[in-house]
Amino acid sequence: MMTIMAIPTTQILFYIAASVALLSALLTVTRYNAVHALLYLVITMLAISLIFFLLGASFAAALQIIVYAGAIIVLFIFVTMMLHQGDVTIKQESQLFRPGRSIGAGILSLILFFETMFLLSPLYDLSQAGVSTAVSQVSVISTKTIGVNVIGAKEIGLTLFGPYLLLVEIAALLLLTALIGAFHLGRRHQEVTI
Amino acid sequence: MRDIIMPIIILIILLISAAMLTWVERRVLGLWQDRYGPNRVGPFGLLQVAADMIKIFSKEDWIPPFADKVVFVIAPMIVMVMMLLGFAVIPFSPSIQIADFDNGLLFLLAISSLSVYSVMLAGFSSNSKYALFGALRAAAQMISYEVFMGISLMGIVIMTGSFSLRDIVAAQSDIWFCIPQVIALFIFIIAGIAESHRAPFDLPEAEHEIAAGFHTEYSSMKFGMFFIGEYLGVLLISAMIATLFFGGWQGPFLPPIVWFLLKTGFFVLFFILLRAATPRPRYDQLMAFGWKYMLPLSLINLLITGAITLATQGA
Repeated sequence: MMTIMAIPTTQILFYIAASVALLSALLTVTRYNAVHALLYLVITMLAISLIFFLLGASFAAALQIIVYAGAIIVLFIFVTMMLHQGDVTIKQESQLFRPGRSIGAGILSLILFFETMFLLSPLYDLSQAGVSTAVSQVSVISTKTIGVNVIGAKEIGLTLFGPYLLLVEIAALLLLTALIGAFHLGRRHQEVTI
Repeated sequence: MRDIIMPIIILIILLISAAMLTWVERRVLGLWQDRYGPNRVGPFGLLQVAADMIKIFSKEDWIPPFADKVVFVIAPMIVMVMMLLGFAVIPFSPSIQIADFDNGLLFLLAISSLSVYSVMLAGFSSNSKYALFGALRAAAQMISYEVFMGISLMGIVIMTGSFSLRDIVAAQSDIWFCIPQVIALFIFIIAGIAESHRAPFDLPEAEHEIAAGFHTEYSSMKFGMFFIGEYLGVLLISAMIATLFFGGWQGPFLPPIVWFLLKTGFFVLFFILLRAATPRPRYDQLMAFGWKYMLPLSLINLLITGAITLATQGA
């Protein structure tokens, strides 16, 4: 009885979080004020973090908040704040962004949306999926095993430093390159510093 | 029923103690600086808090016409909500803890990184120069210091083998982490002061340079929320230091909750003493100190802790 009761609750929470994520993502794209758009993006990140949490990946959920909401978007807002021109840019943005312009992109995204819906729906037999294993796995997680298997920090560590070690090293190298590049750009010339 | 009443009681106690801290700070600062501090209202000036409340509530709640109104109102709420949320995972005693979350430490770090938003949004939405400078300083300072705040705590995680605060407290039954992790303690205290932007690291609100910094345009209860939020931040950081480094509720003779409150209170007083005793550094000194000394030091601490743990416990 307990398990039967527990699964619908997580599913309801999942759908609430997912609709918040979708709505705020939509608002992110349609805001004229850049900082408001970024704030809606933060809400999207928080909603996605909640979805991770519901899927049992509480470690990933915490990292989603610490890294994305707590650092990356803060830096976005930081830069936007410094370059903020007030009402001038908002007016400019509202002229650039007219509903008619996004019809093409809207149609293309709708095609992808229906395709995804078809893959997730019971119409699509998972066993015949040879091509899109990733998508079918997503659908299995979101419909059947939501909130059942909890992935701890240890498993993530073992995976990152086991099968995915090469990717971790490459990412570290990439970040180091970015760091050196930023240092080079920010370096003062010898003549200036006295 | 207990699950509902306990958080409410904790919330009320937290808010009252944060409000009382405004009096404690002025009074203790006064005593340390050889003057009286507020001692007129009530016994020992205890009712000063009530007088301040009346003052702050009856002030005009003014939103500047040039401000971004919605964001302006949201910003002070964020700091209150975040700081109060942080207490949800703190184990006050073996039986008093709102949520024993298995990634509690990460939750606290997430809370502290999200609280940057209140300061940044306050500065952005005020639409004035001083507020913007304060917000830029606060954002840069908090993002930088939260990096090694997190790294310094990873030594504890290695020694405990868990992110759960309950496990961390339990792991300190033999020896408090302030001894094997003394470098981490040092880094964490400094990062904690910078995170809660208290003196000496209160450059986001350095009054001699940028008026009141990010809350220059705030008045009445919205300012009050920043004010109380700052004290809640001090309480949270002190509770974290007590939990992570000084054995949390563990201690002989006295009941666990008393030990926890004593340790937390000690660090709150330490924070106030720091304000009384230290001058403010320059902003670039603060940033350079963070990235050039604190970050390498915290990485070395992590490396040594990892090596020793690996050597003693085996792979």
